[in-house]
Amino acid sequence: MIASAFGVLFDGFAYGMLLFILSVGLSVTLGMMNFVNLAHCSFAMLGGFVTVTLTNELGWPFLASLPVAFLSAALVSVAFERVLYRRLYGASDLDQCLLTIGIVFVSVAVAAYIYGTIQQPLNLPPYLRGTVSILGQSFGAYRLFLVGISIAITVALVAALEYTRFGAQVRAAVDNQRMARGLGIDVDRVFAVTFALGSGLAGLGGALAIEIVGLDHAFAFTYLIYVLIVVAVGGLGSIAGSFVAASVLGISDMAGKYYFPELGAFLIYFVMVALLMWRPMGLFGRR
Amino acid sequence: MSVSALSTRGLDKSFGSLVVAKDIALDLPQGERYALIGPNGAGKTTLINLITGMLRPDKGQIFLGDKEITALRPDERVKCGLVRTFQINTLFPHLSALEAVTLAVCERRGYAGSWWQELPAYGDAVEEAYAILVSLRLGASCYRPTHELAYGQQRLLEIALALATQPKVLLLDEPAAGVPQGESAELFSVIASLSQDIAVLFIEHDMNVVFRFAHRIIVMVGGRILVQGTPQEIAADMRVREVYLGGARHG
Amino acid sequence: MALSTVTEPQRYLAAQIRWQPIEIAFWLATLLPFVLTPNYLVLASQIAITALFALSLDLILGYAGIVSLGHAAYFGFGSYTAGLIAKWGWGEPLTGLVLAGAAAGALGYVTSFIIARFRHLALIMITLGLGLLLAEAANSASWLTGGADGLQGVRMWTLFGVFPFDLYGTTAYSYSLVVLFLAFLVARRLINSPFGLALRGIRENAIRMPAIGAPNPAHIRKVYTIAAVMAGIAGALLAQTTETVSLETLSFARSADVLVILILGGAGRLYGGIVGAIIYMVARDQFSGMNPQYWYFWIGTLLIAVVIFLPNGILGGMARLVRSERGRA
Repeated sequence: MIASAFGVLFDGFAYGMLLFILSVGLSVTLGMMNFVNLAHCSFAMLGGFVTVTLTNELGWPFLASLPVAFLSAALVSVAFERVLYRRLYGASDLDQCLLTIGIVFVSVAVAAYIYGTIQQPLNLPPYLRGTVSILGQSFGAYRLFLVGISIAITVALVAALEYTRFGAQVRAAVDNQRMARGLGIDVDRVFAVTFALGSGLAGLGGALAIEIVGLDHAFAFTYLIYVLIVVAVGGLGSIAGSFVAASVLGISDMAGKYYFPELGAFLIYFVMVALLMWRPMGLFGRR
Repeated sequence: MSVSALSTRGLDKSFGSLVVAKDIALDLPQGERYALIGPNGAGKTTLINLITGMLRPDKGQIFLGDKEITALRPDERVKCGLVRTFQINTLFPHLSALEAVTLAVCERRGYAGSWWQELPAYGDAVEEAYAILVSLRLGASCYRPTHELAYGQQRLLEIALALATQPKVLLLDEPAAGVPQGESAELFSVIASLSQDIAVLFIEHDMNVVFRFAHRIIVMVGGRILVQGTPQEIAADMRVREVYLGGARHG
Repeated sequence: MALSTVTEPQRYLAAQIRWQPIEIAFWLATLLPFVLTPNYLVLASQIAITALFALSLDLILGYAGIVSLGHAAYFGFGSYTAGLIAKWGWGEPLTGLVLAGAAAGALGYVTSFIIARFRHLALIMITLGLGLLLAEAANSASWLTGGADGLQGVRMWTLFGVFPFDLYGTTAYSYSLVVLFLAFLVARRLINSPFGLALRGIRENAIRMPAIGAPNPAHIRKVYTIAAVMAGIAGALLAQTTETVSLETLSFARSADVLVILILGGAGRLYGGIVGAIIYMVARDQFSGMNPQYWYFWIGTLLIAVVIFLPNGILGGMARLVRSERGRA
């Protein structure tokens, strides 16, 4: 019983880490510019499909496709930001929601047109398949890889935020945009770079997600809800918040599916509503 | 001894290590005009937020007359007669001035919950709103949407909304903020002609206005009340000169 | 009140809310389908039902400013209530309609206590979460709801003992249209009342409202409950006219669809939901042969275009056109 509980905990944590990579970009950009970008998971989906195309059609190794997934999502997001998003920075929450939902619809349709509506297959390299035995416990190799990458990314993000000048500018812009501008920080440029980074991470997350949750044309929609839950519960603009919220939600979802399968997704929605009612600004939120 | 219209006892508020209010005790007698002055960041607007209930104090009590209102919600305090205006216009952009003031009147009269009768049927509320607007010289433009009004008119509308609630205590947060020197005369003649039944506490930076209208001045610095007294006493006080009046004039 | 005592401000306010000729023309035009397109009465009744649902969303979104991503919860709840009442043996339409509306209203009342406490992103997420919760619960409770297969065995009696619900849709459309019109009258009355003004105040500046003595949470609870009743009635109409209820009535897809419809027509203009419903449903019917993916492509593009070029929807765009024409004349 304990062994399986630990297994559920680890699998849940791995799933949570995936959610973290998918969500952290959205949390920071939402906290910085208050721009509700519901199309965030469309960039994730883009990364996933780039990886699928590279590995299946062009025979690239899986690991090599990951940076490309990151970059392509980042670049496409820059294009969208320049052409569409910029016009709506001052607009209402509702308008931003609607614009970006429109983009989600379009992206889902385009994905279905190009790739069809089936689950995309993925060929993992052999060293990422199967299980690894550590201290008598067997862990899924891919999940270990996922957890490893996520922790590396988290450390890199936190270090960049704390120790680099750009990181300081990001923290200032999230904390108080007006003041940051007043101090001479080019908030628009900081946002553009952060947005690209966040979308790139989403793309990476989309590529990493294929093995865990699968990839189909509706990914942008399906995972949008989970990402929104992580962001709302974790608090806008908080990396720590996203980390904790993603872990909690990943573990609750896995535990729910394992121990109470009749409840389905009920548990995760219930946890979200309850957490939001207790802390409407999110666990680590400020505003 | 008559009870003050508004009084506070030992009001404290901090955000972490930032103390925005410390041991604030003030007494505003009925019908008096008090000015609240102090450098930027002294905590003046914060104090108004605490008194009106938009901010919850860490410690302390607030009284309206002899009634303690510390636990009341902001809208409940308005119903008791405590009202404020905002330093930055906080109006209803797409409602006409008439609709906005009528709304305030309806809320006071308890009509705002009724959804069966059409608005024009409440003639008394509409008339009262119109009369207030006319008295503030907004009668002619009252049919236009708020966002189309001139800035000075919007500042007057801020006051109209407050007057529609028939306040006993009126807190004005920089009523002339952003209004050019030449146009503020009208604004202040309005404030001067406010009924003697209303006690007024106003935040102001323009010392001419303060010395003209205030019966008494309260000086706040760093979240604390430095000193209070008559305009003559304050003008002569060395500490105030040092902290605030010495040097550039605000206006 | 004698004419001589009606003052100028009152006349101004009365003029704002008077019935415009174009409104009367519109409602008369809703009778045209009986004559012009008798084969499409089933579609017409679906449009009327969707219009009612959109109208209910307009009350909370367009007038009180509450962005809800879970409004279908009340639609579906009303739908299942009406369906279950009929399934369990009481097939009388009107009483079923009233009971379903009341049930949805009760649910709305209970949830309104939660809704009224939050704003911005937290509110959006909570409405989404509550809607998803109800949908999941309905999915799990398949012993009651029929699960993915939908509710079976819904048999309606005749309306007033005379008019049967048949495949031609004559009864369906008449019934739906009359209910829509009556609900519209109620909504119109509400919007033009002091309460309606208070709702607009909340939408325009929720912070100023308590500063003039307005109890925002009480107002929001009231309008939310009324909107829930209306949405429940729309759902009940669907159940009764189609004699079936599916999980789709509670789904996020339906909540998103009605939001798109309302925005398309223009929120806060009373007719926006109706106009949006007509355009959306007719278009969907015309393109029903199309691959569903293409449909979402065009809807997505339309949504982007509306937000950028027509932020107040179609009715807003028309109003702007009229104003600029008047400015030139």
